[in-house]
Amino acid sequence: MNDMRIVERLVSTNEIKIAARDVNVHYGSSHALKGVDVDILNGHVTAFIGPSGCGKSTFLRCLNRMNDTIPSAKVTGSILLDDEDIYDPKVDPVRLRAKVGMVFQKPNPFPKSIYDNVAYGPKIHGLTRSRAELDEVVETSLKKAALWNEVKDRLHAPGTGLSGGQQQRLCIARAVATSPEVLLMDEPCSALDPIATAQVEELIDELRTQFAVVIVTHSMQQAARVSQKTAFFHMGNLVEFGETGQIFTNPHDPRTESYISGKIG
Amino acid sequence: MTERTAGATPRRTSLMQLDARTKSRNAAEARFKAYGLGAITIALLALAMLMFSIFSTGSSAFRQTYATFEMMLPAETLDPKGNRDPAEMAKVTTIGYQNVLRGGLIEAVRSAGIVPDGVADSDITGILSPEAAADLRNRVLANPELVGTVVDIDALAHGRIDGYFKGRVTMQSAERDGNITPQRLQLAQAMTDNGLMAIRFNWGFVTKPDASDQRPEAAGLGVAILGSLYMMLVVLVLAVPIGVAASIYLEEFAPKNRWVDVIEVNISNLAAVPSIVFGILGLAIFINFAHLPQSAPIVGGLVLTLMTVPTIIISTRAALKAVPPSIRDAALGIGASRMQSVFHHVLPLAMPGILTGTILGLAQALGETAPLLLIGMVAFVRDYPDAPPAGLFDPASALPVQIYNWTQRADPAFVERASGAIIVLLAFLLVMNAIAIILRRRFERRW
Amino acid sequence: MPLFWTFLIVLAIAALAFVLGRRGAVARTAGDSRQLHSLPSYYGWYSFILAAVPALVVMIMWIFVQPIVVEMRTVSALDLPEAVSTADQNAAMRQVRTVAMAVQDALASGAMTKDQLAAFATDPAPMGQALRDAGSSMLVTVTPTLYNAVDVYLGTSNMLAWIMTVVIIGLSLAGVFVAISRCRPDFRARNAVEKVTMSILVMASVIAIFTTVAIVVSMVFETTNFFSQHSWIDFFFGTTWSPAFQGQSQLGLLPLLWGTLYISFIALLVAVPVGLFTAIYLSEYATRRMRSIVKPLIEILAGIPTIVYGLFALITVGPLLRDYFAQPLGLGTSGSSVMTAGLVMGIMLIPFVSSLSDDIINAVPQSMRDASLGLGATPSETIRQVIVPAALPGIVGAILLAASRAIGETMIVVLGAGAAAQIGLNPFEAMTTITVKIVSQLTGDTDFNSPETLVAFALGLTLFVITLGLNIVALYIVRTYREQYE
Repeated sequence: MNDMRIVERLVSTNEIKIAARDVNVHYGSSHALKGVDVDILNGHVTAFIGPSGCGKSTFLRCLNRMNDTIPSAKVTGSILLDDEDIYDPKVDPVRLRAKVGMVFQKPNPFPKSIYDNVAYGPKIHGLTRSRAELDEVVETSLKKAALWNEVKDRLHAPGTGLSGGQQQRLCIARAVATSPEVLLMDEPCSALDPIATAQVEELIDELRTQFAVVIVTHSMQQAARVSQKTAFFHMGNLVEFGETGQIFTNPHDPRTESYISGKIG
Repeated sequence: MTERTAGATPRRTSLMQLDARTKSRNAAEARFKAYGLGAITIALLALAMLMFSIFSTGSSAFRQTYATFEMMLPAETLDPKGNRDPAEMAKVTTIGYQNVLRGGLIEAVRSAGIVPDGVADSDITGILSPEAAADLRNRVLANPELVGTVVDIDALAHGRIDGYFKGRVTMQSAERDGNITPQRLQLAQAMTDNGLMAIRFNWGFVTKPDASDQRPEAAGLGVAILGSLYMMLVVLVLAVPIGVAASIYLEEFAPKNRWVDVIEVNISNLAAVPSIVFGILGLAIFINFAHLPQSAPIVGGLVLTLMTVPTIIISTRAALKAVPPSIRDAALGIGASRMQSVFHHVLPLAMPGILTGTILGLAQALGETAPLLLIGMVAFVRDYPDAPPAGLFDPASALPVQIYNWTQRADPAFVERASGAIIVLLAFLLVMNAIAIILRRRFERRW
Repeated sequence: MPLFWTFLIVLAIAALAFVLGRRGAVARTAGDSRQLHSLPSYYGWYSFILAAVPALVVMIMWIFVQPIVVEMRTVSALDLPEAVSTADQNAAMRQVRTVAMAVQDALASGAMTKDQLAAFATDPAPMGQALRDAGSSMLVTVTPTLYNAVDVYLGTSNMLAWIMTVVIIGLSLAGVFVAISRCRPDFRARNAVEKVTMSILVMASVIAIFTTVAIVVSMVFETTNFFSQHSWIDFFFGTTWSPAFQGQSQLGLLPLLWGTLYISFIALLVAVPVGLFTAIYLSEYATRRMRSIVKPLIEILAGIPTIVYGLFALITVGPLLRDYFAQPLGLGTSGSSVMTAGLVMGIMLIPFVSSLSDDIINAVPQSMRDASLGLGATPSETIRQVIVPAALPGIVGAILLAASRAIGETMIVVLGAGAAAQIGLNPFEAMTTITVKIVSQLTGDTDFNSPETLVAFALGLTLFVITLGLNIVALYIVRTYREQYE
């Protein structure tokens, strides 16, 4: 299935960016994630697949502590970002999220102009010293998100006025603008049509040259197309984690095979 | 196929070390949170102050000072004919009873041997409320057999004496006061020590009618409570059917057109019109045009009805909206007409919500003051209105208006009465809200 | 209460009609109600409606028309000069009504017989005293013309009341007969009943319109009356408010408007920040437990009647501000002041602002918060830079609604602001508002022909127009805002 890849890019590093060990998540009394161990590599796209409610999005939200916003969620185990435990009490989630950016399922641009949407992150983190610098960051981010050519003449039009695919790329530009080290994407294409999906997938593959990218998807084809590593979740367990090619052609676990062949899901 | 190495080198800063900017951002966060907590504290503090202010000044209105002693009711003055016929006995005026009562008090106090030297009889009788004789007269006329026997007397003490025991009047203030002297206060103190004077629960405060400026000790809420009750009756009978009928039409049957739009905008605006404007309307239409009597509960009830209808419509529509369309479809599906589906299925299911909204609307109407001032409810009324429906046209007061009325009087004892009346008003509101909450809890349905 | 009895009789006839209609329909199918087009009770209701509704509609119309007819006949009996003014005519009518009322009371209590009354026709002079002896408190001297007019007034009223009773009961009975003759098995009783029910529903919803029209008409009518007696220039642009009883009143709106706006401004200065921050804290920071305690407590503030706030201003806040701020700072010696009324009104508006803002903040989709937090913004940055700007139109609408409430609020200012109509900047001085003056001009002894009383209607209309304008704008903004996120 390797031939489904859009492009094959060489990856220079193989270093571990995020190391998760024995991660458990409880929502109140329900045990949503059970003892997950995953390594996220730099320069790779890692895909999380599995049926709905399997815990893949929950795990994704652990990686930048978005679960903190849900009062009933409780996370145990260790998640190391560059060998630092992100759940250490000394860690400020605000700083963590600047390093680990996130793109959501539904395009959610702020009701502000396109420019202000992209400039939001750099502004709050104080990444630029002058207006010119900020302009530059906005331009590069929009270019990285392959949106620049479409919006360069209307940077001050509201971001909510763009089409769905453009909105999602705007959200990606917004996430990229804070220059994160890891980019988390929660089913970024599920609200998009096939053409917009293709554009975003192309973009994801380009982005991995700069960040470690983690993508949650319930489309197996998409996982196969864009990722190098795939993790299969089922009922809160990490069933199998390995090279994408191997997972799709030669799964070790019978559950993975049933899912991929469409028997469960 | 492009070949590229990884882009910008990532900035390797530790998560554990907070830079200056993060620190200042976190400080801003803490400040912002503190503003929020501060706002809540201010709001709750205001509530606490309000409640404390009302309860600390008002709770004493429920307790009143009485002179308690035994005396013989002389038959020769109170029933000269000697046939114990109330109609005959009614010819003895309050003045007559006053003399009898004063005599009895002087004797009781003198025989107890507690009167300091130099205290005249007028000082002894001055501790009684002018209202005490009228109370005694009513008691005797209701039960003529008391005449000629020895009875226990509970006579209202003068408002200043009552104020002395409640801390409102002091020996210093009494010296400058034309209505009381320090001697009388000393006497009252001595009577208390000898069991001739006591502070007891004051039922009269909730049952008796208002009293004049000089008799705060006798002023009660009876007529006001009855008036408010009558008005609520009118509101209940008129506002609920009108409000519910209008909501049913707007929610279930109304077509989507300009005309219905106008009605809807109208209703939401009407709900926000200042209450005093409804008072002007009531004055112009019901009193000046229709010549309905002033101060009558019917007029107050009509004005409050007009004010309450929009509130009831808004809550009833919400209750109807909460009934899922599947219920209507089910009824229509087995051949019921739309009218039948609404009246047989939707309306009963929405009933708890409608009732809750109605009670809250009534509670709002009960506390409304301004419009009632304009239709003459502020008049001084001492007679209880008759039973409805005729009583709806009799003059009456209303609880909130009575409160306003008392705040306008000179004697500070009326401030206590006004606060006490607020406690009664709040108690009514509390009961109504509690019923609403229980209804909601009990019948609440989640679809 | 002949009217009340007539009403009961009509209801009784209608109840009878229900039974007859239902039975009649069933009887015509020889007891097999399945042959009926509609359920049997619909035939009963149809008969009930036919017996009650036309009769009651006529009765209500009669109640409105009768006084007009009586008045016209009485006025002609009064023999007033051709060029009489409306005011004088009204005054004369009031006299007639007072005497007539006293006569009716005297007749009802038995203190005066009909013969005695008729005897006064030749010499009505002692009649006033006779009525006072019968317990009336009226002070009118009865002239022959007045006696004549009272006679016409009472005679017409009585006659019309009798005719009404006969007509209404007749209509009701006619309704019964028509209904029973129509209640055949193939008659579509349900459709007929539903049609009537529907028109009742429509009428109920139109009452809201009637109320608005009545408000506007009554106020516009009296306001034009006012402007015919007093210069509109003085009212709208006059800076002095000093009603006098000898005429020569200066009735300038500006000092009242200033007081109203100043107090409302202070109220909003208290209510908007406190209410907004309360709403923000409760919806974005507070734990579920805290919310469940604090929210009902704040809602208590909303359920407290305004008279209670008024008393709070009068006995607590006013003296407190006077003793600890105004006097030490040398700013004033009055307990009633703009500050007192403004502060207390602000407290009253806190729950109003906070619950409206709460709704509006909750309408901002969660995805906005996620996006901002996911970028590493702190919660307060999210609120200030994303949620509040997104919710801004709604919040502005809420503030306008609060302003409209503050402007129309009466009891707090009556008890807390004072009665001095003046334009000044010192918030510790007593000032007055439009609503306070409406109350003071319309309570107590009022003469509805003097500009000093009529000015209250002009003030009321001004108040109505201002608040209505604010409400319409605010509701429009809030509605548009809601639709944006639906």
